[in-house]
Amino acid sequence: MKTVGVISFQGDFEKHLERSCALGMRAVPVRDTETAAQVDAIIIPGGESTTIGMLLQRFGMLDLIGGRIREGLPVLATCAGTILLAEEIIGSDQPRIGGLHVAVRRNAYGRQIESFEAEVAVSNSDWAGWQDGSVLGVFIRAPIIDSVSDDVTVILEFEGKPVMVRQGALLAATFHPELTADTRVHEYFFHTVAGFPRAT
Amino acid sequence: MSDTLWTERQKSTWRTKVGLAEMLKGGVIMDVTTAEQAKIAAEAGAQAVMALERVPADIRAQGGVARMSDPEMIQKIQKSVSIPVMAKCRIGHFVEAQILEALGVDFIDESEVLTPADVNYHVDKHGFSVPFVCGCRDLGEALRRIGEGAAMIRTKGEAGTGDVVEAVRHLRSVTDEIRRLGSLKPEQLMGAAKDLGAPYDLVVEVARTGKLPVPNFSAGGVATPADAALMMQLGAEAVFVGSGIFKSDDPAPRARAIVDAVANYENPAKLAEISRGLGQPMSGIAVAGMAESEKLSVRGW
Repeated sequence: MKTVGVISFQGDFEKHLERSCALGMRAVPVRDTETAAQVDAIIIPGGESTTIGMLLQRFGMLDLIGGRIREGLPVLATCAGTILLAEEIIGSDQPRIGGLHVAVRRNAYGRQIESFEAEVAVSNSDWAGWQDGSVLGVFIRAPIIDSVSDDVTVILEFEGKPVMVRQGALLAATFHPELTADTRVHEYFFHTVAGFPRAT
Repeated sequence: MSDTLWTERQKSTWRTKVGLAEMLKGGVIMDVTTAEQAKIAAEAGAQAVMALERVPADIRAQGGVARMSDPEMIQKIQKSVSIPVMAKCRIGHFVEAQILEALGVDFIDESEVLTPADVNYHVDKHGFSVPFVCGCRDLGEALRRIGEGAAMIRTKGEAGTGDVVEAVRHLRSVTDEIRRLGSLKPEQLMGAAKDLGAPYDLVVEVARTGKLPVPNFSAGGVATPADAALMMQLGAEAVFVGSGIFKSDDPAPRARAIVDAVANYENPAKLAEISRGLGQPMSGIAVAGMAESEKLSVRGW
């Protein structure tokens, strides 16, 4: 059985742990280098990207996870997680993992009172599951992906901007699939992006 | 609503309000009174700051009426950091809340630390776009505030004392009552709602799920990394630190240590390392010797 590690320093890691367990995965919180070195996939949750990045750095996990990503570790990142995974964070030199060839802008929709829910559109469908119904995006002080490199596929978009992208084993969303009942983003990550077998 | 067009942005929904509270789990929210303190807090790893004119220990010492902070000071803090900025309004003072919403603060704390404006009613929080956090001493108070629209609850503790005993009392009270509800039969829940003075539907939900419908944080008296980890081990999902940081000898390392302690709250070896050489914590006031009239936590109902 594959083990999914959820970075659990700060943010809504609990929702990702619950969702992963509900989909039949073995899910563990990641708070130390030993666990980070062993898991078969990592989820970087929403939260405050500066805080999570700082804690990953303090506890020696930035380089470790960065190295494992270069070796092909599957990663699902949501909201703050996407910021931490981005190669470029516009106007910020905060600690990050990097690896995803995109440029993001933090809090790009505005402060909390501008947070919103909206249906997002399927842009590039390499998975039939997206056609089962619309995808509701919950955007909370969300970042915007401003630009992507050629090796990045835009899967979901909203108002002409990418809101979920894939680059090999990396899947990154600017919204929060863990806050709605729709399990498709996690299923797509586990079974298509990471290639884990479905529980029987 | 049947005519909702989900292709358009639906702003300030209940899910986005509680969602922000979810994003603030596992971290530390620090009271700050200046932009410089806000920067120190952010650099230490605070996940949010609470902008206020005086920390609770000073409000206690100086007395007088404590009100919402000057908007200019809140805006300076908003400009100085990228993390969420919260601010306090007085209990029941919905115009202070309107002003804070107009300033674009990310969360409003309808707080007993300020002098209450209304002894009968709290703010109708459903009517606002910005989410609210409210204090509680027990489950009934928590559910009354959630019924009014609070998207986050914090146990009150006794602010400005540096004594964690009330924070522990209030959090244990909430978790014990939640556990008790779980053991009741359906026909007993209306009686429980009556005794708690809480909305019946929320009592039923808590009995079924075994937890509050919104995140539950801890506040009031946390002064050391060990205090913060204690509240986390007791079931708090994040910690507010008021006077404990900027009333201590050396705020920056203490701020960082409390952040690290919350991130590693179940790891005693790391907590030992984190707690070393931080200098004196705030001197504090023992709650046991305080008159009831000096307590801030008895404000609100």
